Amino acid sequence: MRLILDIALTHIVGRGRQTFVAVIGVAVGVGFSIAMAALMQGGQDDFVEQLIDTMPHVQITDERRTSKRQPAEDRFAAAQISGLRPPDDRRGIINPTAAMAWLDAWLPGRYSASLRTQGVVRYVGREAGASIVGVDPATERAVSPIVGDFVAGSFIALGAGGNNIVMGDRMADKLGAGLGDTVSAVSSTGLSRAFRIVGLFHTGTTARDEGEAYILLKNAQILSERANAINDIRVKLDDPFSSPPIARRIEAELGYKAVAWQEASEGIMEAFVVRNVIMYTVVAAIMLVAGFGIFNIVSTITHEKARDIAIMKSLGFSQNDMQRMFVIEGLAIGGAGSALGWALGFALTTALASVRFELDAGGQEITNLPIAWSGLHYAIASVFALGSAAVAGYLPARRAARLNPVDIIRGAS
Amino acid sequence: MSALIEADGLTRILPETVPVTLVKDVSLSIDPGEFVAITGPSGSGKSSLLYLLGLLDLPTSGRLSVDGRDCGDMDEAARARLRLDKMGFVFQFHFLLPEFSARDNIAIPMRKLGRLSRGEINDRAEALLASLGLEDHVHKKPFQLSGGQRQRVAVARSLANDPALLLADEPTGSLDSKSSEQVFSILRALVREQGKTVLVVTHDMEMAGRMDRRIHLVDGMLADAEATV
Ligand SMILES: Nc1ncnc2c1ncn2[C@@H]1O[C@H](COP(=O)(O)OP(=O)(O)OP(=O)(O)O)[C@@H](O)[C@H]1O
Ligand SMILES: [Mg+2]
Repeated sequence: MRLILDIALTHIVGRGRQTFVAVIGVAVGVGFSIAMAALMQGGQDDFVEQLIDTMPHVQITDERRTSKRQPAEDRFAAAQISGLRPPDDRRGIINPTAAMAWLDAWLPGRYSASLRTQGVVRYVGREAGASIVGVDPATERAVSPIVGDFVAGSFIALGAGGNNIVMGDRMADKLGAGLGDTVSAVSSTGLSRAFRIVGLFHTGTTARDEGEAYILLKNAQILSERANAINDIRVKLDDPFSSPPIARRIEAELGYKAVAWQEASEGIMEAFVVRNVIMYTVVAAIMLVAGFGIFNIVSTITHEKARDIAIMKSLGFSQNDMQRMFVIEGLAIGGAGSALGWALGFALTTALASVRFELDAGGQEITNLPIAWSGLHYAIASVFALGSAAVAGYLPARRAARLNPVDIIRGAS
Repeated sequence: MSALIEADGLTRILPETVPVTLVKDVSLSIDPGEFVAITGPSGSGKSSLLYLLGLLDLPTSGRLSVDGRDCGDMDEAARARLRLDKMGFVFQFHFLLPEFSARDNIAIPMRKLGRLSRGEINDRAEALLASLGLEDHVHKKPFQLSGGQRQRVAVARSLANDPALLLADEPTGSLDSKSSEQVFSILRALVREQGKTVLVVTHDMEMAGRMDRRIHLVDGMLADAEATV
């Protein structure tokens, strides 16, 4: 084996420049694949992290997934009922105290119960439609996506006495209102109350900044004439990735729809799968091109060394030995390119990670490109590179190994 | 003593559009320790016969056994193994690997066989070179050697694994008379002193006359002129 390796090495060393080009081809392929994977994975991780940060890990609402069993179904075995929608339950989650006590007993994380209603916010003749969310500031702090995003005032001020409201900065702009102004909130039942603006937030999510306002839970219940009602429990778990089974458990116990963040973002998660498929297709295509370089050089060597092949066969090397020798030559180039590619990939990724740019989306933010460092990317790129090198070496090797030594010896004599 | 090579009706036909018969119905038997010349006019099938006997080519029909083993049912790897272990080839052209020194060329069959350590292999390669008068050229690459020196290195390589059978195709064809004589003496010494079996294809009738036995081919067939000197 050492012998075959030695002879293989003399072959590729003997074609230094061509070998160098082939090695560089593989290295560039491996390097860019690694950098691309780091960037794409980084973007994905970053996005998921934001999802986990801003979304409830499990959201329990007063909807039910399936409609109630209909009396007709109980009466008639053959009855089939379609097109039913579960009714909007104006009562919210029934017996919230018991539900919350049950959650307190085991939930590995925190939650906040709130009442989410639709209404309108008015200020000197202007008005804006809004989701008016009644919250308990003490528990809401733990699960809220907005607490850290205040541009004026604060979330805590909500509980400071009097009727207070915090809203998105875009909604305030639309109304022409500012911190300290008093707006009136009108519920869908027509009831109206005055609230003083004690905080403005900017999350960067337009729907939220334009359409959400928070008041105390008590006030929301009064405003919508639903005493003690809650219709939304948002959960933050200690381990965000454990949410699907927890959501299922909650839904099974309480009977209300409990949605894990993965389910809520299913479309995005699927898009990531598609993106990864595309990425690995591109990696495979790059490696195919690099494979052509290897095929080219091994093929050239087998032609150039036809005489040596005949000699070695006459000395007692078998077809398998010869085949192995040329596959080793392909793999050696693939391996060298791969190693160089790791260095290149590392350098490219480091360079990308150090790129800083300014993001101008209402307020200047300086951001780095999201980069994921993962040994897996290096391993995958190498597997692709060595795989294509093996194939690229194997094809000419098989042909060369089958050469009839007699033809060559006759030709050379 | 049983024959080293036993051929029976050996025939090789190339499957061209017009089939070419290289060797036709050759039956012969060669004993260990024989020094045999294969002669015949150009194109009479001497090289073709040598390739068949050396298992480099396969007969279209006929049987061949080497060292008591039937070659008909050997696979490619087994034939390669038999060549490695029992046979040495010398061609008209030296056929050394250009990247390796004289010593390393000789080491290749020994390393392939794997019976000796690297140190023993190098010692044996150097001893072989010395026995052929090449002790000063151990580390030279083939392009740094003269034609006669290269051919002697090729002979040394064919002897690397101490084969029972040496097959040489016009080993002196490209050499001047002095080098030819040198190579011939080496081959004869192998038979006389080491009891090896040597088959030599040659045009040189004078040389053939100095061997034990002559196999004469005409148009791929054995001619009656097989003579024992
Ligand atoms: N591949 C081939 N296609 C067609 N004819 C071939 C082929 N190989 C050999 N021959 C023919 O087979 C015959 C025998 O060839 P071979 O090389 O065995 O002769 P030889 O006796 O060694 O001749 P020389 O003394 O010139 O070396 C020749 O007539 C040659 O032209
Ligand atoms: Mg010939």
